[in-house]
Amino acid sequence: MTPELVVFWLLSVLTVASAVMVVSTPHVVHAALWLVVTLGAVAGCFLVLTAEFVAWVQVLIYVGAVVVLLLFALMLTRSPASTTGATSRNRPVAAFAGFSTFGVLAVVLTSGFRGIVLDLDSQPDQLGGAAPPERIGDTRSVGEAIFTHWVLAFEVLSVILLAALIGAIVVSGRVRDRDRQEAAAGGGS
Amino acid sequence: MDATPFLTLSALLFTIGAVGVLVRRNAIVVFMCVELMLNATNLALVTFARVHGQLDGQVAAFFVMVVAAAEVVVGLAIIVSIFRARRSISVDDASLLKY
Repeated sequence: MTPELVVFWLLSVLTVASAVMVVSTPHVVHAALWLVVTLGAVAGCFLVLTAEFVAWVQVLIYVGAVVVLLLFALMLTRSPASTTGATSRNRPVAAFAGFSTFGVLAVVLTSGFRGIVLDLDSQPDQLGGAAPPERIGDTRSVGEAIFTHWVLAFEVLSVILLAALIGAIVVSGRVRDRDRQEAAAGGGS
Repeated sequence: MDATPFLTLSALLFTIGAVGVLVRRNAIVVFMCVELMLNATNLALVTFARVHGQLDGQVAAFFVMVVAAAEVVVGLAIIVSIFRARRSISVDDASLLKY
C-alpha cells in the first residue's frame, strides 16, 4: 500500500464521517464547523491528486469565506438551537433517494471507469497532456491555462461575481428601506 | 493506483449532500449540503483531470468554486430577507413564497 493511498484513506474516512456529522447534527453552528473539517479533508484529497492550486483555492474560498459567510448568516437569523424539528418528515423518501443515487453513481463511476490508471508518480510517457506532468496543478500552469485558453469564461465569471455582489446588496437592503418608510409613515400618521 | 477510490468517495459525498438537502429543515444547513455536493463534483473533476494529465478539469473545478461562492452570497441574502419577512428560515415554512 503506497503512502499516498494511506493518506487518501485517512482523508476519505475523515471526509465521510464529518459530512455525515454535517447532515445529522441538530446544532447548526456545529454543522458549519463540521463542514470546515469536510472541506479541509477534500482539500487534502486535492493535494493527494497533485492539484495544489485547487486545494489552496478550496481552503481560501470555502473554509475562509463561505463558512464564515454561513456563520454570519446563522448569527443574523438567530436560528434556534433546539433539537426539535431539525429534520423533515420525509426520511424514508430521502433514504430511498440517497440509496438509489449512490447505487447509480457508484455503478456508473466504478464500472464505466474501471480500467483507468491514476498515475500519481507522473511518468511523462504515460501522461499525454499539454503541460509537462511534473507541474500539472501548480499555480503557474493553472494560471497559464486560465488566462490563455479559458480567459473568456474567466471574464464572464468576474461579471457573475459582480452581479452576485450587487444582487446581494439589493436583496438584503430593500427590506430595511421599506421598514424605514413604514416607520416614517407610521410616525407621521 | 486505480482511480476508483476517489470516484467512490465523490459518489458517497454527493449522496450524503443529497440526503442532507432532502432531510434538513434549516435553509442554511441545506446550503451547506449543496456545498457538499459541489465539492463531490469538484473531486470527480480533479480526479479525471489527473487521470488524463490535463488541466481542464482543475480549471473547471476552480470555476465551480467561484460560481458556488456567488451562489452562496445571493442565497444567504435571500435567506436573511426571508427571515426578516417571516421570522423563520425553515424550508417548510417558505413553501408558499409570497404568503
